[in-house]
Amino acid sequence: MEFNIIKDDELDLLVNSLSDYGYDFTNYARASLKRRINRLLTIDRIPSFAELFYRVKNEEEYLTHVIEELTVNVTEMFRDPYVFKFLREKVLPVLATHPFIRIWHAGCATGEEVYSMAILLEEANLLHKSLIYATDINPSVIENIKRGIFSLGNLKQYSENYILSGGKKDFSAYYTAKYDFAKFDNRLKSKMVTATHNLVSDRSFNEFQLIFCRNVLIYFDKVLQDKVLTLFDESLEKLSFLVLGSKENLGFSKVANNFMQLDKEKIWRKIK
Amino acid sequence: MAQNKIEYKVVVVGGSAGSLDIILKIISNADATGSILYIIVIHRKNDTNSMLPGLFSSRTKLKVKEVEDKDYILPGHIYIAPPDYHLLLENEHTFSLDASEKIYFSRPSIDVTFESVAEIFGASAIGVLLSGANADGAHGLSTIHRAGGFTIVQDPKSAEADYMPRQAIDKLKPDIVISADKIPDFLKNLILTPHNN
Repeated sequence: MEFNIIKDDELDLLVNSLSDYGYDFTNYARASLKRRINRLLTIDRIPSFAELFYRVKNEEEYLTHVIEELTVNVTEMFRDPYVFKFLREKVLPVLATHPFIRIWHAGCATGEEVYSMAILLEEANLLHKSLIYATDINPSVIENIKRGIFSLGNLKQYSENYILSGGKKDFSAYYTAKYDFAKFDNRLKSKMVTATHNLVSDRSFNEFQLIFCRNVLIYFDKVLQDKVLTLFDESLEKLSFLVLGSKENLGFSKVANNFMQLDKEKIWRKIK
Repeated sequence: MAQNKIEYKVVVVGGSAGSLDIILKIISNADATGSILYIIVIHRKNDTNSMLPGLFSSRTKLKVKEVEDKDYILPGHIYIAPPDYHLLLENEHTFSLDASEKIYFSRPSIDVTFESVAEIFGASAIGVLLSGANADGAHGLSTIHRAGGFTIVQDPKSAEADYMPRQAIDKLKPDIVISADKIPDFLKNLILTPHNN
């Protein structure tokens, strides 16, 4: 068919080939994955699938680039501000009762939500006793979290989101603007631990009181969603919290009965 | 060669500035037999508490749903692309969402959903592009056209913002260009008429 540059059998071929390198896209949602590949072909001006396939097989750097482009790294600070307002008002007071707080941002992309969380914790005077684990499949986006540098063009939106989330301070106090970039205060990242982690193939590595995984599951089919939700279930203490994206759900999953939804926002509490 | 009559299964409507009134009329006039499904993509400000589902529900007996990830696709339903996500179709039975880059400053993008509908539903799709001040939708509508679906463009003269329908008319030869007030009845009759392909 002419409407898609990549054909279904070509997609299968590419997915099989990528799994040889440890990147398993088998259970990714097809429609979105296809779009990503077509987008890659357009952006990189690759005239044919054969050329894409050749470069993936023969150029290590290009393979890394393909993985980065196939996984969506779009995120923002305080996205869906009311989720963060709920965290401020209802979840952090519970976490505050713990001597030590462990939070996992799974599939955190460039880390905008990780910094949002650090700001929330600091304003609740909890950052000093917290550890925020930020993981993603892509090593390069993890590097961005360590730098704490974000595009200045987005800061107006982030600042509005911050205020809607119940933020009372002047948001610009958290960063220093230079040219087109905003460098966030080093103390925010002092409690962040970054690592590459592949939700498809890697196991649980700790127990947490709060897991963030927003707009990651939408790229997976239900089989893989269920597998990842089971991983989260195993990685959460009893009475801890799970935050998903605003149109994501766990109602269909095997672990659904272990969780209770708290609000119309997508926040669940592990009840058993 | 014998020709099989194809029945339409889906109406996908895209609109931006100035399209809400006509979309509400399409909804009020939606096919009540329950054999068709409607997918509505409107550009709007990202607000978590969307008013659209309530607004639509008050005008139709069909079930109205703002799509969540992996929701089933069922006839007799009106589906709304959720704010801040692109709406895709995995197959004839399942939606999926995508939070990737905006297209023409828009998420949901009309192009994305139109292209996905064209791929999955081909000649059994009807695409409707309405008023808007944005180039989104023209490419997607031409994809529906090439896949054998029926394409309707609101007459730019009847549009509050004529840029979007004009872009579509420049890009393809739609099956029909008609004024806003005629679209609901035209759609209703079209749905009742199986076509040759």
